[in-house]
Amino acid sequence: MRRHLVLRVTTKLLMPFILMFALYVQFHGDFGPGGGFQAGVIFGAGFILYALVYGVENARRVVPDSVIRVLIATGLLIYVGVGFVCLFLGGHFLDYNVLAHDPVHGQHLGISLVEFGVGTTVAATMITIFFTFARRGREVK
Amino acid sequence: MAVGIVRLHNLFAVVMLSGIYSLISAGLFVTMDAVDVAFTEAAVGGGIATVLMLGTLALTTDEEKGPLANLQVLPLLVVLITGAALIYGTLDMPSFGDPQAPIHQHVADLYLAEAPVTTGVPNIVTAVLASYRGYDTMGELSVIFTAGIGVMLLLGAGTRRRKD
Repeated sequence: MRRHLVLRVTTKLLMPFILMFALYVQFHGDFGPGGGFQAGVIFGAGFILYALVYGVENARRVVPDSVIRVLIATGLLIYVGVGFVCLFLGGHFLDYNVLAHDPVHGQHLGISLVEFGVGTTVAATMITIFFTFARRGREVK
Repeated sequence: MAVGIVRLHNLFAVVMLSGIYSLISAGLFVTMDAVDVAFTEAAVGGGIATVLMLGTLALTTDEEKGPLANLQVLPLLVVLITGAALIYGTLDMPSFGDPQAPIHQHVADLYLAEAPVTTGVPNIVTAVLASYRGYDTMGELSVIFTAGIGVMLLLGAGTRRRKD
């Protein structure tokens, strides 16, 4: 991959926009199209593009395995955690009305948190699956 | 395109064709005003799934094995009957966008009317997914979580020590 100058420069130019777009889809998901799953996939695809062009080793230096393995579980924990917080605050499981003084604000907060959890797990899972495949390929050869 | 995928023996070309198919169906979803689904289809179907399939080809081989020697009657029969049953099932489906369709008679109107007011989230898709259908989304997330764990276990990510 040393020689593909055009690919490398273009990837470097596109990376910030891809990641920024993913964050936009994540946090603007309650107003425009999008949400946690789409944002996670776009975020993951950005890293996969980077790994394809610059090599898996370089990409793993940005997101080490240990971090990403924790992130997979963190997203799901955030989701379930929000559910339990609602439970402890006197509502039903995943009943966001109790999260803030105003039920509407509570709903909004709950939805944002839950979508953030979805995005985290999806992005981490996509990156992990790709890294695992890529490393396996190198071991075989 | 489906015929091409079936006829081709070079699996690399098959993967590329299915990626193109995903991209086209993403465009189709946009024309049906389902931008969320189009997003997902373009990113997952056109991007990540294609890359993963290519990774699988790198692990295995990119040429198909030769065709089976004789005609398999039973599988062909099963496929034909299932296909016929599915097409028969679509015959009395309501046409696309029909306001009298059963799905529009149930809770959909309630969601459309209530969601922006009770959740403060103008995007009703997000409101339904994360709030009204919160349990479903949690289940989906745990499916993704399980998939990630499964791939890590099956293909051995990382910590396994080699005994040399």
